[in-house]
Amino acid sequence: MTRNVALAALVLGFAFVAPTAALADTTINAAGSTALLPLVKDASGLYQQAHPDVKISVSGGGSGTGINQVAAKAIDIGDSDITAPTQKELTDNRVAVIGFSVVVNPAITLKSLTKKQISDIFTGKVTNWKQVGGPDQKIVVINRPRSSGTRAVFIKTVMDGTPVSDTGLTEDATGTVVSVVKQTPGAISYAAFSGTHGQNLNELEIGGIKPTEANVISGKYPFWSYEHMFTYGPAKGEIADFIKFVQTRSDLLKKNGYIEIGQMKVTETDR
Amino acid sequence: MIALQAKRSHRNERIAINVLRAAAIFVIFAIATLLLYLAFEGSRTFVTDHYSIWKFLFSSDYDPSNNHGGSAVFIVGTLMATTFAIAVGGPFGIAVGIFLSEIAPPRMAHILKPAIELLVGIPSVVYGWLGLTLLVPFLRTHTSSPSGFGLAAAGIVLSIMILPTVISLSEDAFRSLPPALREGSMALGATRWQTIVRVLLPSASSGLTVALILGIARAIGEALAVQMVIGNSSQFATNLFAATASLTTEIVIDMPGATQGSFLEHVLFSMAFLLLLIAMTLILFVRFALRKRA
Repeated sequence: MTRNVALAALVLGFAFVAPTAALADTTINAAGSTALLPLVKDASGLYQQAHPDVKISVSGGGSGTGINQVAAKAIDIGDSDITAPTQKELTDNRVAVIGFSVVVNPAITLKSLTKKQISDIFTGKVTNWKQVGGPDQKIVVINRPRSSGTRAVFIKTVMDGTPVSDTGLTEDATGTVVSVVKQTPGAISYAAFSGTHGQNLNELEIGGIKPTEANVISGKYPFWSYEHMFTYGPAKGEIADFIKFVQTRSDLLKKNGYIEIGQMKVTETDR
Repeated sequence: MIALQAKRSHRNERIAINVLRAAAIFVIFAIATLLLYLAFEGSRTFVTDHYSIWKFLFSSDYDPSNNHGGSAVFIVGTLMATTFAIAVGGPFGIAVGIFLSEIAPPRMAHILKPAIELLVGIPSVVYGWLGLTLLVPFLRTHTSSPSGFGLAAAGIVLSIMILPTVISLSEDAFRSLPPALREGSMALGATRWQTIVRVLLPSASSGLTVALILGIARAIGEALAVQMVIGNSSQFATNLFAATASLTTEIVIDMPGATQGSFLEHVLFSMAFLLLLIAMTLILFVRFALRKRA
């Protein structure tokens, strides 16, 4: 008898909880790029404070996940560092620009590498730091997985289209890359400014150009991309409102190391 | 009154039996669906994309965006890591099993056994995390591996993960031997060591085979902990400390980018189906070993 009462209470409990959860009017699901994640997370917190009736859930997974999931209508917003030329049904909402750094272990004190040298390292032609003017130390190459937007941008803008060799290690998120580069002697990788700035890593100059926001804006530094929030068809209602919110909060952009699109002196085609 | 109760219990029994039957049918249905689905999706690499099975199994040219799905690196990676795990963890686990069943004083066995069973409950991410924070730095400073990530790290983590399985099952194998075997051997004047090596080990061999095979099955299927320490590098490991990749780790790494209907998705399904085939073959071996004993 007591068991039955307990069971009934449990069932009733669920019956009460379920509708209240559903009452949170609108839920927006966003997922994808880990390079864009810090910005969307920050923005969603502030947006929900201003709009208590909207619930936003944000997660990572990589640019590939973001595009796939939104194309399958599993989520509302797909975050990505890269465009989705094959998915015609998606609407591209550019929200910001992000720069990326080529990072090496702090014990390697080289200041700059040319594009050619970086390309030789990532194709496996150069395997020791002394071949590019560094100490006699084996190079440990760390790549992001094939679905990574950061990897795609790196190949396009730094490697000039040459694919990276498969002999390197692969780590699957910006945060992991940063910590592995920090603790592995001779390691080299690449990651978004939002993950590398202020991390006590050696951020290399590319052809003598420092990886800074100013150099991205002026177009001198090549390793950057637009950050996209893809929607299935044109964004409507709260979703459109939230994307607009992300685009226009320049304080959030600056704080997390992103650049407003309006500030850019160059466009993607100038590169 | 009594008649009513009898009728009621009759009805309850019928309901109970039907519920159990429904549960069993559901499990069979779930397994069949899983098998068929994996077989169907896994065959698309060969049927829809016309990639050759031969190349899938024996080529190391893995570049899915250009329709190359050679998975030899990952198959070899899985086999090598598993062999490492069973070569280290197998004998060690059986040794502990012998100790628990034949040598340890009962009070010690009482403490040790639950402690070992507790190891099974530790999530694989914890094993992977410990591997990443303790093992990888150790291998980096003490071996030829420049990063510490690689086959050895994966093999060591796996050998620890399969220990509880191997220990528990081999202990059971020894405990289930009839006491007459030990008594007879002792009566003939054999020492404890002679009894273990010449009498108990051969008699328990089929039970020990089961322990090893289930250990292997556990090692083959592990994904997360291995992915954290193996280095995920699409190349054959030319030595024990080189970074490589396995079937499970490659599925984990590439899954996020697998667009529905893409060649990459089909290849990953083929890898998953291959893993299932390997696991099923092992289970069949276990059944075979058990039948021989019976």
